[in-house]
Amino acid sequence: MFSYIVRRLTVAVPTILILIAISFVLMWSAPGNPFMGEKAPPPEVLANLEAKYGLDQPYWKQMLDYMTNVVFHFDFGPSFKYKDRTVNDIIAQGFPVTLTYGFWSFVVAVVFGIGLGIIAAIRHNTWLDYLAVGFAIGSQSIPNYVMAPILVLIFTLWLGWLPGGGWEGGTWDHLIMPVIALSTSYFASIARITRSSMLEVLNSGFIRTARAKGLPSGRVIFGHALKPALLPVLSYLGPAFVGMITGSVIIDQYFSTGGIGQFFVNSAFNRDYSVMMGITILVGSLTIIFNLLVDILYAWIDPKIRY
Amino acid sequence: MYPDKAKMESLVEATELAEVRGRSLWSDARARFIRNKAAVGGLIILILILAFSLFGQVFQAWSNEAIDWKLVGRVTQIGGPSFENGHYFGADDLGRDLYARVVQGTGISIMVGVVGSLVAVIVGTLYGATAGYFGGRLDNIMMRTVDVLMSIPFMFVLILMLVIWGRSITMLFVGIGLISWLDMARIVRGQTLSIKNKEFVETAVAIGVRPFTIILRHIVPNLLGIVVVYATLLIPGLIMAESFISFLGLGVQEPMTSLGALIQGGSKQMLYGAWWQIAFPLFFFLATLFAFTFVGDGLRDALDPKDR
Amino acid sequence: MKLKSTLLATSAALLVVTGGMAYADAHATHPVTGEALASDQTFTYQDIDESPSIDPGMVEDVSGSAVARNLFEGLMNQDADGNLIPGVATDFEVSEDKLTYTFHLRDNAKWSNGEPVTAGDFVYAWRRVTDPVTASPYAWFMEITGISGVGPIMAGEAAPDTLGVEAPDDLTLVVHLDQPLPYFAQTVTHATMFPVPQAAIEAHGAEWTRPENIIGNGAYVLTEHVPQERMVMVRSETYWNNAATIIDTVERLIINDETQAFTRWQAGELDLVGVPTGQYLSLKEQYPDEIYSNPRLCTYYYAFNMREDAPEWLQDVRVRQALSLGFDRNVITEGILQAGQIPAYTFTPPTTAGFTVPEVEAAAMTQEERVAKAQALLAEAGYGADNPLTVDILYNTSEGHKSIAIAISQMWKENLGVEATIENMEWGTFLETRGSGQFEIARAGWCGDYNEASTFLDLYSSGSGYNDSGYVNAEVDALLAEAKTSPEAQALYTQVETIAAADAPIMPIYFYTSVGARTAALKGWPDNNVENNWYARDLYLVAE
Repeated sequence: MFSYIVRRLTVAVPTILILIAISFVLMWSAPGNPFMGEKAPPPEVLANLEAKYGLDQPYWKQMLDYMTNVVFHFDFGPSFKYKDRTVNDIIAQGFPVTLTYGFWSFVVAVVFGIGLGIIAAIRHNTWLDYLAVGFAIGSQSIPNYVMAPILVLIFTLWLGWLPGGGWEGGTWDHLIMPVIALSTSYFASIARITRSSMLEVLNSGFIRTARAKGLPSGRVIFGHALKPALLPVLSYLGPAFVGMITGSVIIDQYFSTGGIGQFFVNSAFNRDYSVMMGITILVGSLTIIFNLLVDILYAWIDPKIRY
Repeated sequence: MYPDKAKMESLVEATELAEVRGRSLWSDARARFIRNKAAVGGLIILILILAFSLFGQVFQAWSNEAIDWKLVGRVTQIGGPSFENGHYFGADDLGRDLYARVVQGTGISIMVGVVGSLVAVIVGTLYGATAGYFGGRLDNIMMRTVDVLMSIPFMFVLILMLVIWGRSITMLFVGIGLISWLDMARIVRGQTLSIKNKEFVETAVAIGVRPFTIILRHIVPNLLGIVVVYATLLIPGLIMAESFISFLGLGVQEPMTSLGALIQGGSKQMLYGAWWQIAFPLFFFLATLFAFTFVGDGLRDALDPKDR
Repeated sequence: MKLKSTLLATSAALLVVTGGMAYADAHATHPVTGEALASDQTFTYQDIDESPSIDPGMVEDVSGSAVARNLFEGLMNQDADGNLIPGVATDFEVSEDKLTYTFHLRDNAKWSNGEPVTAGDFVYAWRRVTDPVTASPYAWFMEITGISGVGPIMAGEAAPDTLGVEAPDDLTLVVHLDQPLPYFAQTVTHATMFPVPQAAIEAHGAEWTRPENIIGNGAYVLTEHVPQERMVMVRSETYWNNAATIIDTVERLIINDETQAFTRWQAGELDLVGVPTGQYLSLKEQYPDEIYSNPRLCTYYYAFNMREDAPEWLQDVRVRQALSLGFDRNVITEGILQAGQIPAYTFTPPTTAGFTVPEVEAAAMTQEERVAKAQALLAEAGYGADNPLTVDILYNTSEGHKSIAIAISQMWKENLGVEATIENMEWGTFLETRGSGQFEIARAGWCGDYNEASTFLDLYSSGSGYNDSGYVNAEVDALLAEAKTSPEAQALYTQVETIAAADAPIMPIYFYTSVGARTAALKGWPDNNVENNWYARDLYLVAE
């Protein structure tokens, strides 16, 4: 187990190096200058800007300096666009926001998804099952950017219950709509996975044995069937996590939450290279860590797996 | 939205068993598929949607790019669905025929899904089969590479590529396909490991058939079951990925459109009364996703008799 | 009882804070108009995107400039009609040769830390902006002002202290110009020319604009700034005219999605938002008093690439004229934009101070006549059904630009048989491609940097960095040079427009309007200020 973790972590290093390399290649090959506005700055100003951000250095040196700063100082440099912020400032501000609504969406998706999946599996082939499956695929398929304006229309304009956006430190009323919009598609996926693996487990020999012994069905389901049925759900959590970070692009745009997604999209459109690299590397690293955690959890729950 | 790993693994085991039992796998599967009402329903819807996207333009009164000048500026008031002026689905915010645009957009969305899925399946299959067949150090390096690539947030990289190099439909197809070949490579590799010890492969090796010929002639055809299921289940995910890219304004170039782009446009108008601009594209979007999902699930269940 | 006492305590506190100004009180009335004022004077407005900087020396976007105007104050301000009114300076004198301006500063102007605003603060700020080490994206604005010494300093050939501005004493600022520019006094209302606090900048570097570090001399001080979310400004107690300020708090919310922003305005969360594109007419019916459309000093146009390496047809004035005549501008202004935009046949907006729009033929014709003439011109140039013209339109990615490009290309197709492809690029790529002349027809927009025709017409001069068409006409160059010093400048400007209308290096499409929705309670908005320069201290909320 320990050597497995070490091996997985050693994969992290080349991954991050590759991410940095991809970002740099994209940056160098990009047409257009990051400091170009509608009115192009004079050459002298341009030269000073390039010097300030180290773009006048040879390629290998730019990359080496960047890697040194990231790895040894955890410093992603200054933002190209936001003059009074460093990339670290932007991440420090936006990331906790994304993480907060991401976490709650995750909790909601897992709790409701598993619940709905179990109900559908127990009531297999009844109207309840069909309703659950249809509801799951439907809500999974409706894009977030259709859901978000509808939520605001209902809860803000018609009912007047919730503020239509903003964050203000993350009070609960600012959290509800982002969490609903973000969690639906994952909640639906989790429900479908839970349902099919639950069905499989319920049909397996040991559950039949348990039933034959006359155990009450509640105990059969929660005592015996649930744990093995949840293993596939566990392996879905990694991709779900990454999906939620990506989904924050839409959440931030509609709910003005000031999370990392908006910064990423803006930085890409504005050629704010340092910000977009910083965020890409951050998300990549988190993906590695999260996948590792899920795998460890998996091994811990499923005794069949040996590393 | 991507196919779930456990089900695919179970399918892998099932097809391995089928190998032993011989050809009856496919006819058994067909019988099981036909018995599955949801799957057959999905297939019928899918065929209808495909027919709509291929032949729908026969009925259109307007081209997908012509503007109906009578409607410009008053689309919300008078641009709704109407048979009289030939706009069966109404007009978009610029006064272009929504029916023609939905026909064309459905085609593009399905194509992005299918082509993207093909890219993923071809790359994944060849990669996985190569790694599995040669084994040893090459296998090790190739699979470690997959591990590394799995941790790269590809959607972010794709956004960067589309922003920086400009959008193009090729980039979209390839980019979306490349996001999803990694799981396929893993599954195929595992499968190849077991196939390569089979008699017919060993015979081929003994008579001196070149390794790549063996992979293409003997290994890949035996992976067909999983490949088909995986590809079908991948399509809805890719169509959704395209709609996300369209949301960012990085999708296909005008005057072409996709369902994602139409929905995005419609979502801006729906609060102001032009309900048809969201309703029709969203209906076809959902119907397509439902159909592919049911067909994919049906195929998987049909090929994996252990379940149910 | 408890509730009441808290309320009393709050208003008492407000009285202390506002230094005896009782506008926050429920019974207060506006000192001039006598309208009853709302008890909560918090003005909340929306911006689409975060500004790169709010540092006056670095600010580069319109919305960032608006923030800078609230946090800082220049020598002069603009009133609701765009006229000059005193700011930090009470008045100024111009020398006989119009090359020297002497500004007299008021003695009660203070920074938010209580220190007086001196002439030296302006000298420091202007040198800082010009200095290439600062690398201000708006350094070019200093060139426009015509202050002597700007060119060599920006090129790194001279020290910043050679700039033609001096402070003989704390309350006198003397500015030397290279040329007697008629519009110099207008330029000091621009954010780039605002004073900045030297001590704070030296102590905090680029981070001096954060709420915990910032020192300003404007009517408001920045208390909170969460990028991409919100910014809060509260009235400054040290501002010299604080007594006249009514709005206590200014909240700026960043809402990227205009539909979402409008819904929130409908729900009463904001006082001022933009109006979603294409919804102006129907929403105006619904909210006739709240939705407004004011003329702006901006022009939307397409540039033809006239460089030698561009395709041959672009060199043919008949083709350029035909394309310009071959589509209906009213379809764009009334059908697509719908918000009172004015069809444009010449470049400089009619609202520009002192400017007379020349009577050009195209403007007087009916649309049928225009199309007929366009067809004739195109046939003369050798294009027709057997030899169709194919053109490429380049625009930067945006829903609005897309709609216009689609409409124009369709009208060309139907009226002239021209096959147009449209291509969009992200902003950075677009600027590079357009700037380097790798296009046929490119979308462009231009807003005046000051209210005078030369801010537009300078783009026609062959030496201009923003002459994207690559237009060269010696006569235009000569006239523009003459206009810099001539007392008859306006007549020369009209002449330049006439020549350009004949040469058609660009195809003007429409003059912008600024469109928004504001709550009925919000008063004092400068509707007649064509530069759209608003100051929160001029606004107030009336009781409903």
